[in-house]
Amino acid sequence: MKYIDEYRDKEKVMALADQLKRLSRKPIRIMEVCGGHTMAIQRFGIPALLPETIELVSGPGCPVCVTSRAYIDQAIAYSRMPEVIITTYGDLIRVPGSSSTLDREKAAGGDIRIVYSILDAMMIAKQNRNKKVVFLGIGFETTSPASAAGIAKAQMAGLFNFFVYSAHKIMPPPMAALIDEGVNINGYIGPGHVSCITGSHIYDFIPEKYNLGVVISGFEPLDLLQSIYMLVKQHEDGQAAVEIQYSRAVKPEGNLKALDMLDEVFELRDDWWRGLGTLPQSGFGIREKYAEFDAEKMIAVEVETTREDKGCICGTVLKGLAKPSDCKLFGKACTPSEPVGACMVSNEGACAAYYRYNMG
Amino acid sequence: MIMSKQKNILLGHGSGGRLSHQLIQDIFVKHFDNPFLRKQGDSAILEMDSSSLAFTTDSFVVDPLFFPGGDIGKLAVAGTVNDLAVAGASPKYLSASFIIEEGFSIELLEQIVISMAAEAAKANILIVTGDTKVVDRTKCDKLFINTSGIGTLGKSSGDITTGKHIATGDKIIINGHIGDHGMAVMGARNQLQIKTKIDSDCASLNGLIHEAMQIEGGIQFMRDATRGGLATVVSELCSDKTYGIDLYESQIPLRDSVRGMCELLGFDPLYVANEGKVVMVVAARLVDKVLEKLRNHKYGKHANIIGEITENHPGKTWLHTTIGGKRMVDMLAGEQLPRIC
Repeated sequence: MKYIDEYRDKEKVMALADQLKRLSRKPIRIMEVCGGHTMAIQRFGIPALLPETIELVSGPGCPVCVTSRAYIDQAIAYSRMPEVIITTYGDLIRVPGSSSTLDREKAAGGDIRIVYSILDAMMIAKQNRNKKVVFLGIGFETTSPASAAGIAKAQMAGLFNFFVYSAHKIMPPPMAALIDEGVNINGYIGPGHVSCITGSHIYDFIPEKYNLGVVISGFEPLDLLQSIYMLVKQHEDGQAAVEIQYSRAVKPEGNLKALDMLDEVFELRDDWWRGLGTLPQSGFGIREKYAEFDAEKMIAVEVETTREDKGCICGTVLKGLAKPSDCKLFGKACTPSEPVGACMVSNEGACAAYYRYNMG
Repeated sequence: MIMSKQKNILLGHGSGGRLSHQLIQDIFVKHFDNPFLRKQGDSAILEMDSSSLAFTTDSFVVDPLFFPGGDIGKLAVAGTVNDLAVAGASPKYLSASFIIEEGFSIELLEQIVISMAAEAAKANILIVTGDTKVVDRTKCDKLFINTSGIGTLGKSSGDITTGKHIATGDKIIINGHIGDHGMAVMGARNQLQIKTKIDSDCASLNGLIHEAMQIEGGIQFMRDATRGGLATVVSELCSDKTYGIDLYESQIPLRDSVRGMCELLGFDPLYVANEGKVVMVVAARLVDKVLEKLRNHKYGKHANIIGEITENHPGKTWLHTTIGGKRMVDMLAGEQLPRIC
């Protein structure tokens, strides 16, 4: 298959893995902060190709995993309102709230529909004018431009029964917070799709302030190995810089049109992250001029008091301080079919990826 | 009321009265016709020439009812035929029960019944008994079908279901491309608006399996890889056993179109459903002969050796990835969900 097979060529992979073995002398811990990378690393079995000096750890790059339980509780509360239709990406529906999940609410009669894009949600709003259609806006700079475009389009079309409940977040604040909290890493594999939108300059502070390298990577095995190679090279040479491995998609300046769209509709606000707590200016709220599409402002709802699960160490896992298997719930009380923590729910969650590909 | 003027199923079609009778005559008996069914007793009285029988049942609720390469009717016949065939049995007779939503189109019902009759003829089995129920609108989704099947067993075939004779070094075979059915159905759901040319692999495999079983002592175990895909079959096979399985990703037949759609949706093709795929464990010394039999059959042209039984890592399946990496394969937990970024 074109544009895929080239990046999965076994001989090239083996050659690169060999070069890595020769290059890597100093122990190095590399964190990937994108769920797509977590998944690809496990799926292709990349850890088996690396020398002992290189350790990969997963960071907070799965949007579902870092979303607060309070957000899920509020979405569930919306879904219990007879006039509301909830539209959501599939990943969210099994995430546990304090006492239920969207999945269970759906079985109990809530009108909850899985969509593949915000446009599907808007179509549902158009077809159900007597209902309030709430789209659960989840994701980093990858999915948030689509949400922004949807909101702007809804205003132009006068689609006033359409609302977005935003949990959109941005990537740099947790990358800084992790290092501030003393998480021991020597470099970041930078998120590929986020960077398509944002460009590479948003990471410039990481080498400047923390002396750590960032290599923005693609999602194929050769991409990832090359990115690891570039980080190891920086580490061996005592360098720290932002580099783009995924240059076929990422430009240093990013996607200016998408960035404009984000700025038009969203403004930064303080936001809560699982494992990291509240980080200043780390989430996207909807600007006042689009308030009529903001579910939080337009739909009043009573939400139960949020209760966190005891024993679940998702927060520590997300910070890369523990492996999924360090959690006493992992694989026992917490499995992909009966998840306790959010990291076990999403395909891209560290625990789900680890469970699926690594329970050896 | 004359049947031909009635376009939709009414509650009365399930009442046991005149409408039911007409529906049975004009649709079911007409297309499934055979001497056992024609008698229309409360039970079909069957003649068997075997002391050992295989008996199985399955219900079919696929949405949409029609998809590229098949429909719920074809699926309902092939699914049950395959469950019998992978147990080493020769499928003989099927029952067919229909739960129909009030208002369902009689024309569509007939199309589905014709498709069942065609698949039954291909599989060389008879549909000998059945039932029809009609439920109020919204109480079921258009049409559900249950089929049960009976097959006869030869002397030694009982061990195939348990895999009692599986030994280290035995080879794992699959009869063709994985993931076709799951992706054909996904593509047929309008929601995605993806245009694909992927046909479901839905087919009765008893003919193919019969051929392969001609190689005596070859097949140690068989299972059809349906929901949960290939990964689930192999994980179940070695779970709690004294042996493990090595799979070779590059040897597993996978169409580019299916692979592309899986990439797009974030699915792992190893877990995508099939409806015409059988996984076999075959004794190493006979593997070439079994493979030849399979490849000579139209449902086994792309059959391949995809792995083997190993004494290393008992109870676990390891996949050797195309790029030379290694990862564990486990059962599917819940449904695969499309990813969001």
